[in-house]
Amino acid sequence: MSSLSRDDVAKLAGLARIEMTESELVELSSQFGMILDAVARVQEMDLSGVKATSHPQPLENIARPDVVLPSLSPEEALSGAPAQEESRFRVPQILGEAE
Amino acid sequence: MIQQTAAQMADALAKGETTSVELTQAHLDRIAAVDGQVKAFLHVDSEGALAQAREVDTRRKSGEKLSAIAGVPLALKDVLAQKGVPTTAGSKILQGWRPPYDSTVVSKLKDAGVVIMGKTNMDEFAMGSSTENSGYGPTFNPWDLTRTPGGSSGGSAAAVSAFEAPLAVGSDTGGSIRQPAALTGIVGVRPTYGAVSRFGLIAYSSSLDQAGPFGRTVLDTALLHEVMAGHDPKDATSINAPVPAVVNAAKSGNVKGMKIGVIKQLQGEGYQKGVQTRFDESLKVLASLGAEIVEVDCPSFEYALAAYYLIAPSECSSNLARFDAMRYGLRTGDVDGASAEAVMSATRDAGFGREVKRRIILGTYALSSGYYDAYYGSAQKIRTLIIQDYAKAFGKADVLVSPTAPTTAYKIGEKVDDPMAMYLGDVATIPVNLAGICGMSLPAGLADEDNLPVGFQIMAPAMQDQRLYQVGAALEAALLSQWGAPILSKAPALGGAK
Repeated sequence: MSSLSRDDVAKLAGLARIEMTESELVELSSQFGMILDAVARVQEMDLSGVKATSHPQPLENIARPDVVLPSLSPEEALSGAPAQEESRFRVPQILGEAE
Repeated sequence: MIQQTAAQMADALAKGETTSVELTQAHLDRIAAVDGQVKAFLHVDSEGALAQAREVDTRRKSGEKLSAIAGVPLALKDVLAQKGVPTTAGSKILQGWRPPYDSTVVSKLKDAGVVIMGKTNMDEFAMGSSTENSGYGPTFNPWDLTRTPGGSSGGSAAAVSAFEAPLAVGSDTGGSIRQPAALTGIVGVRPTYGAVSRFGLIAYSSSLDQAGPFGRTVLDTALLHEVMAGHDPKDATSINAPVPAVVNAAKSGNVKGMKIGVIKQLQGEGYQKGVQTRFDESLKVLASLGAEIVEVDCPSFEYALAAYYLIAPSECSSNLARFDAMRYGLRTGDVDGASAEAVMSATRDAGFGREVKRRIILGTYALSSGYYDAYYGSAQKIRTLIIQDYAKAFGKADVLVSPTAPTTAYKIGEKVDDPMAMYLGDVATIPVNLAGICGMSLPAGLADEDNLPVGFQIMAPAMQDQRLYQVGAALEAALLSQWGAPILSKAPALGGAK
């Protein structure tokens, strides 16, 4: 039986930038053992020599001609912004005070 | 009028027997009458819809050549961006967002003169199989309002089933069109991956997502399919090839001489008795129409569910990183001195629901160093084996078939606290997505034990979507002559009137 502790879940939530309440962390860690057991079935088959498929289509890079096409105006691009200032997205502080 | 098929509506419009305004208003009235019970819509754009209807009526009057379904109203899954119209993907994190652009599917619908009446409910970011994971409350199955319509495109399926719209658009990442179509007694198609542009389709799992049509008949579904599909330079995974002749196939349904493969792994144990019975009967019908039924073996399908629940969460953990509270959508915790990281984390906690968080965390785990090869890497190899199983099976049969879902519609709340039980409902639909091929679900009758609709799934190779319609139309016609009336005529009336 796989398991993931409350602290493991807290670490993953931090990496995924999701704040979680204590009860959410406990609930997720209790569900994870079952979910991991189920998905771990992918390891049951002999997969040696099998190539990985990341995508259903044989893809190549596709480039378009380098010409300017119509795009969003600054007003349109900012229309959904939670905060803006001088035609730019206003974001919270990224660097610490000391820097 | 609202009980007609989309093809009949289109015909009446072409002959001048009705107008798009009249037809649209009739559907808006139906929505006003029954959607309080069904809750298929998150947003009804009455004014916008009537304006589109007036415009298409004017274009028609001026003698312009219009598409086959011009003037017919439609319900749009809220996962597709529509300029100026609220688009949430069922998530609180996008509440109030009005996209500054149209998705390619919406552009194509507008060009074709299809009237978009509103946005339909869905599991948040299409993660779910019952529409219960919506941030705005569940949708209710028109067949029994205590049951789920399936999901994630449950709102679109319920709208068509409840005669709120003759046509609807959904998206299918692991069965999210076919499974709700099955549970609500309508037709739904997941086209070949790359056949319909994903530009403006809010991404869940990019290598699996595909938008597709819902209708009450195989022909109606084909008419919408033809309008939605086609190459799009704005989507690098869009297939640059002509759209398969799906409408012609739907009009000339015929299975004589075709080989139909029954997938050994997708039937029997785990499938509800009434589901299996209707499926077996449909096979007999197809045989009586001249098809040859063969059994095919797809041993790796037993691992498809496990592979899907690694691949989709992995891709979603990356795709949903864009919801960072900076450029659009919700922002919370932005108090003086709060760091960007703190605002991001607080916003994603407040904006995402339980299932979305669960899948992001699972994906983050599966992609983390030390576990990558064991989980995501193995899942990608299973994906290769599934593609190989299909290739072998399609060497023996023109199409493959199975029940669409193992059970009929279940009660709201029944599986919501048991993620694994919920995931099992996708066992028969997921292989199609992993292989990037196409699939259809159409009604096969009602299960004896609960009188709820059963779906019959047809699968065809990539870009052979017309085979779905060819087989589907033949089966539909034969079943209809057995039943004497469309299956939806057996659904209970909503809101007192029908």
